Amino acid sequence: MYEFVRGPLLWFSFAVFILGSIGKILYICWLNYKKDQTIYDYFSIKYGLRSIIHWIIPFGSLNMRQRPIHTIVSWSFHFCLLVVPIFLMAHNVLWYESFRISWWTLPDQLADIMTLIVIGACVFFFVRRKVLPEVKYVTFTSDYVLLVIAALPFITGFLAYHQWLLPYKMMIILHILSGELMLIAIPFTRLDHMLTFWLTRSYMGSEFGGVRHVKDY
Amino acid sequence: MIELVRDWDKWQVKDIGLDEPVKKLTPERIEEVINRILKQEGWARIKMYVDTCIHCGLCSNACHHYLSNDCHPHFAPVGKIKDTLWIMLERKGKVSPEFMKHVAETVYTECNVCMRCSQYCPFGIDIAYLISVVRRICHFLGLVPQYLQDTVNSHAVTMNQMWVKQDEWIDTLQWQEEEWQGEIPSVRIPIDKEGADVMYSVIGPEPKILAQLIGNAAVIMTVAGIDWTMPSFDGWDNSDMAMYSGDWEVMGRVKKAHFEAAMRLKCKKIVMGECGHAFRSVYDRGNRILGWKMHPIPIIHAVQFYYELIRDGKLKIARKIKEPVTLHDPCNIIRGRGLGEMARYVMRAICEDFRDMWPNKEYNYCCNAGGDTINCGPPWKKKRCDSNKVKAEQLKATGAKIVVTPCHNCHSGMEDIVHYYNLGMEVKFINELLVECIEIPENLKA
Repeated sequence: MYEFVRGPLLWFSFAVFILGSIGKILYICWLNYKKDQTIYDYFSIKYGLRSIIHWIIPFGSLNMRQRPIHTIVSWSFHFCLLVVPIFLMAHNVLWYESFRISWWTLPDQLADIMTLIVIGACVFFFVRRKVLPEVKYVTFTSDYVLLVIAALPFITGFLAYHQWLLPYKMMIILHILSGELMLIAIPFTRLDHMLTFWLTRSYMGSEFGGVRHVKDY
Repeated sequence: MIELVRDWDKWQVKDIGLDEPVKKLTPERIEEVINRILKQEGWARIKMYVDTCIHCGLCSNACHHYLSNDCHPHFAPVGKIKDTLWIMLERKGKVSPEFMKHVAETVYTECNVCMRCSQYCPFGIDIAYLISVVRRICHFLGLVPQYLQDTVNSHAVTMNQMWVKQDEWIDTLQWQEEEWQGEIPSVRIPIDKEGADVMYSVIGPEPKILAQLIGNAAVIMTVAGIDWTMPSFDGWDNSDMAMYSGDWEVMGRVKKAHFEAAMRLKCKKIVMGECGHAFRSVYDRGNRILGWKMHPIPIIHAVQFYYELIRDGKLKIARKIKEPVTLHDPCNIIRGRGLGEMARYVMRAICEDFRDMWPNKEYNYCCNAGGDTINCGPPWKKKRCDSNKVKAEQLKATGAKIVVTPCHNCHSGMEDIVHYYNLGMEVKFINELLVECIEIPENLKA
């Protein structure tokens, strides 16, 4: 079982993730080219980057400054979510095993804390969806499912590392499966905001900077 | 068929532009129109935006409708998209006529397409664009508030917004010229002067109900020594309500007439009067539908024009307004063109006590009149005023006695809010203060 999820299934999910992501971006670019070429006419790298930079740096935009708690939670969540899987010591060993590549690693204790931050942020987002009326109003079952998909690899990874609840081997299989589920889900669900953020943000930045001559952050 | 819970609707407005056409609509027609517009016209960006939206609700605080209606989630930008576009997409256009009536009410009277929410959305989703596409669907279904549709009909028939006939137009210009000639005999409104430096254009309501603004403009032009003209023929009106109703074909026709009027007169540039939506229509929307990346001939808004005249010393300020003055930034020229600093330069030049409001410049709250909402007419007035309590609070906090706004929609919206909330303020255009403040050279005086 471990060999299967670590082997063919992992390759499959990586392939789906990479090809699906490229496909998704190409599809959107093609669709815009075919239906709405003005997007390309007004596109500006300078103002696109200006907008992206202001929205990925914490407190870089007015809205982020007005919601400090949300900004800290949301930013830490996204930062840890991206950094932990890539730079975790145990994953680095796997990178090396598979591709003969390796890079910096996070100290295990730090990675542990960052994992808890991701899990904690997911709880925060869950409570937010349940409690805040304006968020609850636009929340569907799928939003909770996406939250679970994002949280599962971290929960199972945390439990596996500490060898709690289930035998290590079983937990690690669940961990890999949940990671694969997330990879596969990215191009086909609203988790694709990881891919489209750069497009929508830079387009709005181009309009606000290049045409409207004002800030969009 | 879907039924929305609308227990928050304390206004229950009746509008025959919505109530009558809905009786004739069939589900088949609705389905056909929705799918045609969504798939053929808007699909590229709709697909991108709907797939990207993570339903976080962070756009809510941007919207004055939301803030003024006790933060009811329906009024949040994403809430309005949920109650309109998402349902249409989910049902693939299979929705009831009654549902579409509520959609029309939402997109025409609960959103001003001011684009403040795009500044608040972490993804930069253009919610105003999504609302515009839904308005276009409503336009094709004939579900447009009656007063708004009337202005669009006027555009289509007369090329101006207010059913002004050519003889009335010319007569108004001559009347305004004469009004001022007692004081400044050389004031002229040159009609159809070929090769003038400036073609001055205004919106239809100016000759109809605010003719003194044209007279004021003539004084400013005369004192500043500008070589200018106004066309006697169609194209003098720069406004464009069709842009907001969703009738983009008429929008294109109206804009073409406007640009061509200036070209026919061989003018070097167009200076527009103090209107915001008209500026958006020549600067952002109308030019695009005609295939121009930007406006085909130089166009500047009155605020920039005044700024340049004062900066270059063509207008000298003789006296300043003593009372405290605040400035409401219109979305279409400030968030839409970045004229915030220029507007402040002019305000500081003519006011002794200028008080900025917060949020201001590109972050300013909308007037809740522009984006067609005030053109939906008297039936919606109470709802419109109730839905901008936040603006009343913002105005009150400045302690100013005069609120200046260089936009017609904002101006009318501010007047309504000032009266509705008893703020005891005067609402003015810059043009009105400017003629009080500028130095009239002795050689021009009678």
